[in-house]
Amino acid sequence: MGYDKRFDGRRADQMREIEARVGVIPRADGSAYFRIGRTIAYAAVYGPRNLYPRFLQDPSKGILRCRYNMMPFSGSGERVRPGGNRRSKEISMVTENALMPVLNLDDFPNAVVDVFIELPQTDSGTRCAGICAASMALADAGISMRDLVTSVSVGKVGSSLLVDLTYDEEAYEDEPVSDVPVAILPRTGQISLLQMDGEIEKDELIRLLDMAKKACWGIYEVQKAALKERFNCVKAD
Amino acid sequence: MALCVNEKEIVVPGEVLATGMDNLPASGTFRDGDQIIASRLGIMEVSGRLIRIIPLSGNYLPKRGDTVIARVTDVTLSGWRMDINSPYLAMLSLKDATSRFIKKGSDLTQFFDLGDFVAIKIINVTTQKITDLSMRGPGLKKLPEGRIIYVTPSKVPRIIGKEGSMVSMVKKNLDCRILVGQNGVIWLNGSPKAELLAVETIRKIEREAHINGLTDRVGRFLEERLKQEAPSSVEK
Repeated sequence: MGYDKRFDGRRADQMREIEARVGVIPRADGSAYFRIGRTIAYAAVYGPRNLYPRFLQDPSKGILRCRYNMMPFSGSGERVRPGGNRRSKEISMVTENALMPVLNLDDFPNAVVDVFIELPQTDSGTRCAGICAASMALADAGISMRDLVTSVSVGKVGSSLLVDLTYDEEAYEDEPVSDVPVAILPRTGQISLLQMDGEIEKDELIRLLDMAKKACWGIYEVQKAALKERFNCVKAD
Repeated sequence: MALCVNEKEIVVPGEVLATGMDNLPASGTFRDGDQIIASRLGIMEVSGRLIRIIPLSGNYLPKRGDTVIARVTDVTLSGWRMDINSPYLAMLSLKDATSRFIKKGSDLTQFFDLGDFVAIKIINVTTQKITDLSMRGPGLKKLPEGRIIYVTPSKVPRIIGKEGSMVSMVKKNLDCRILVGQNGVIWLNGSPKAELLAVETIRKIEREAHINGLTDRVGRFLEERLKQEAPSSVEK
């Protein structure tokens, strides 16, 4: 047996369909929509703005605050308890850490950049979709960045190494599954997020990272096109 | 020397703009090895050896010497705290507000009350963005009537135009007083119709700021709109 044919018929190194739009939330300073397959992420950026309570302020540079949230009706439709939980708190933290290496907030002492990530529909890879959306929204907000951040999950189902796992694949019961979300800065190839759920051999992990890198370049092109489209779509009349 | 992107093209953070050591990174860009890289979303501009990004979005950062439009948010013992549409509040101290003698303990709201808008100058900004304001200077005044709109601060230079050409064209055509603050706050005062048309024009400028031939386009737009409204209905 073995899991060698994917449920949705994709190749092992093929991502789901990707769609990205920028400027979807007019009231926010920057915003973006990112869809990969059936996972949808919205990100809204507010700031840099005043930060209270005051003890959170950093007089040497601005801080980044992320909030990751799955909506109650997301996922398979079982109602999730609204609001934060231990999982969302952890993902908010790793999202912050994944985005921070590219941000330059030296010009904004004592201020904060707030990033809100909402997921109305989820089918695995949510933190990755959130990071992709957030990095576009931060660029849209005019914040100084060294690079965009791209992110995708890779993993191993049975003995196959796969890119962009769906929920069905992550929950595969017949064989062990490991799932590795990765965030990559496309210009330098640096990794700003690397987590794993499961077990894996060293050489397999190296191969997975290689696959993730290739996939991320694909995502980067989509992000770039969406950011440019935001202004190129304005036509003079 | 090689530019990797055409001039006036929209670039995203992390995009390589040029390779080689012939160019110098200016605002919105940085150097990494022998590459010059964009750090903002904006339009690339080359002037001489300098490569810079004209940002298309972003907040206002207070700069010394800028004339801005501020809103009074607090009245303190020795001055006023003001919102200048940036992440940081600014202070106007009593001695920079007026040359009149003010008795100790008198009510400062008689000069500027909460919610008042003023055209004001930034005289000092520290590294921690503590900002001092002053009312001493030509054209600085309280703005008691009219309407206020907010635009993207990075588009202010296009709204003002070369040596004020754009804003004075709008003013002349519409008979509406307009004051553009560097912080993206704009004050308009005229007949209601003129104000509305001025707002519409400014929104158009803001939306199309990055497309060439803006002045001509706005001129045509104003002409058309004025014709539509029939010459007599726009009150002069």
